[in-house]
Amino acid sequence: MTEAPATPAALEAPDHQLDTPARKGKAWKRFRRNPLAIVGLVMLVAFVLLGAFAPVITELPRSCLRDLGLTAATQHDYRNPVKPAFWRAILVPPKSCFTIARVGFSSQPGSAASTGTVLGTTSGGYDIFYGLAWGTRTAFKVGLIVVGLAFLVGVFVGSLSGYVGGVLDNAVMRFTDIVISLPSLVVALVVVMVLGKSIENIMLAIAVTAWPSYARLMRGEVLRIKEEEYVAGARAIGRRPLGIIARHVLPNAIGPIVIVASLDIGSVVLTAAALSFLGLGAEIGYADWGQMISFARDWILGLPGQPFHFWYVSFWPGLIILLFVLAWNLLGDAFRDVLDPRTE
Amino acid sequence: MLPVVFVGVTLAIVLLMQLLSPYQRAAAYVQSEQQIRNIDAIIKEFGLEDPWYQQYSRWVGQVFKGNLGYSRTSREPVLTTLKKRFPVTLELALLAIAPVLGVGISMGTAAALNRDKAVDQITRVVSIVGWSLPTFVLGIWLLVIFYGWLGWFQPGRVSTATAVSLAGTSSGFASYTGMLLIDSILNWRWNVFWDALRHMVLPVVTLAVVLSAQIMRVMRSSLLDALGRDYVRTARAKGLPERVVTHKHARRNALIPVITLSGFVLIGLINGVVITETIFNYPGLGQWAASAAVNLDYASVLGFAIFTAMMVVLANLLVDVLYGVVDPRIRYE
Repeated sequence: MTEAPATPAALEAPDHQLDTPARKGKAWKRFRRNPLAIVGLVMLVAFVLLGAFAPVITELPRSCLRDLGLTAATQHDYRNPVKPAFWRAILVPPKSCFTIARVGFSSQPGSAASTGTVLGTTSGGYDIFYGLAWGTRTAFKVGLIVVGLAFLVGVFVGSLSGYVGGVLDNAVMRFTDIVISLPSLVVALVVVMVLGKSIENIMLAIAVTAWPSYARLMRGEVLRIKEEEYVAGARAIGRRPLGIIARHVLPNAIGPIVIVASLDIGSVVLTAAALSFLGLGAEIGYADWGQMISFARDWILGLPGQPFHFWYVSFWPGLIILLFVLAWNLLGDAFRDVLDPRTE
Repeated sequence: MLPVVFVGVTLAIVLLMQLLSPYQRAAAYVQSEQQIRNIDAIIKEFGLEDPWYQQYSRWVGQVFKGNLGYSRTSREPVLTTLKKRFPVTLELALLAIAPVLGVGISMGTAAALNRDKAVDQITRVVSIVGWSLPTFVLGIWLLVIFYGWLGWFQPGRVSTATAVSLAGTSSGFASYTGMLLIDSILNWRWNVFWDALRHMVLPVVTLAVVLSAQIMRVMRSSLLDALGRDYVRTARAKGLPERVVTHKHARRNALIPVITLSGFVLIGLINGVVITETIFNYPGLGQWAASAAVNLDYASVLGFAIFTAMMVVLANLLVDVLYGVVDPRIRYE
């Protein structure tokens, strides 16, 4: 390979941006005028609300109530904003709250009407609405932590590699060559299989394959900006390399990387859900969208002659994953259009 | 590049495997069911408690000899399974690539040439929704509609009747490539051809939708970029017909990022077949790897990982050659 391949998202990222105040104002105007961007933003806000208020809009199971310190007499306190239990449930919910509430233990799914739940129950009696609402928190956690981790490692390694150059640069780039040429799902499969099933190991497995694209992008930006006059100026007045990277190079390079990051969150959540779907996801019963689909696997075809009998077990989890990824992609797409001077 | 990736991947695997107990690792050396019973002897024989670098050199030596261990999932040596199942997956992947590139490039071109018109807006929405569709969700929904409800396409590779007619040597069906579509033509068995093709429709569509959406997006933005360049203005100024300008001058340059992306299409295909084959019960490499991972069948998953890494590197070499074909400015010295 001669030229460094970029990730699909990186391929579309703009080469550079100008950060004058006038441009920023114009950018916001262009963002507002893009109907798809507004749709994405609204959807994302809805997801934030759904995740944040998951404790209030779901019926919390007994173990969760107990860990919140609520008794039979005070069990509705978590819906009352003046009680401390409300804020605890929203801000620092105990781990047991992430275990999906169950209505019985039947392996056959139950409709909303027959089980008295919002969206029905999936295989194992797990409440679909509960799993999806609390799963929103899991999705944000997985997406933000993995991308955050990949972003930090990538930006650090990339800027070092670009600024220092030489042997280090060569070694780092060959290493990223290797990692980028591996299918993320296969790497995640190996890592999760060896380390064991858990949401933390999934995040680690995905972050391992995600950081090199940030490193490459950052390196490219650093190489370009390194030659700018203001960097030469900073060097001339005796600033140290790390200071130059942090104060002059980073702020100018960050734009395209943020776009890639916003486009990446959706695909990270997708990979995590795919792993869960294959049965290499979170612990059984943990609120996670991929697992909701995994529960549905035996029932997606309904009963003989009635293919849509259990439609809700695969429809709702599928829809919510699609909408979540769509929201991030719409937003990332809009960011790119706004910040890309070529499309003016 | 190939040796570098090989060393990198195998080294990473060996280091990762050091986290496992020697008993778990012994499975990668076992060749038959009987051997599993005297696992202690195997640990000693293969020195699984030696330092990692000794284990690494020994293991790589075995891999070079074609010994990738015994697959508990398919109950045969890993290499045998790889050989048997690779054509099955390759057939799906080859069928998916044509619509991915065809639809992606033509729709991306149409969108860029009609910028901000209805075609562009529709393409944009279609591509962003298609790109956001999780493979497993699309696959499940297609299965419910086209198998569960309409009954048009079935999961699996062939129907039971066809499978029975192909079984055994007495059937007279010779396997030349392992790919059913080609083999059935060579055997002049059209009923097998149609049956196999019908079973491929849903997996191929599932694989193609997400990937063609990506190609579409890149094609659109790269063609828009090319259309704004000076050489396009020059071509127009000297009075060339618009079609020649867009298709010969602009599009050819716009294809370069798309070719870069096609390396990623292969990675997307590999990720995709693991899920698609699982959903449609299609007996290829992906289905095997997915069930092996759930069974903690290390030998199989590692064999699959090494194999896919090598495939991706080979494909990247191919992409490099393609660059030279599309753009004569990029040639190897």
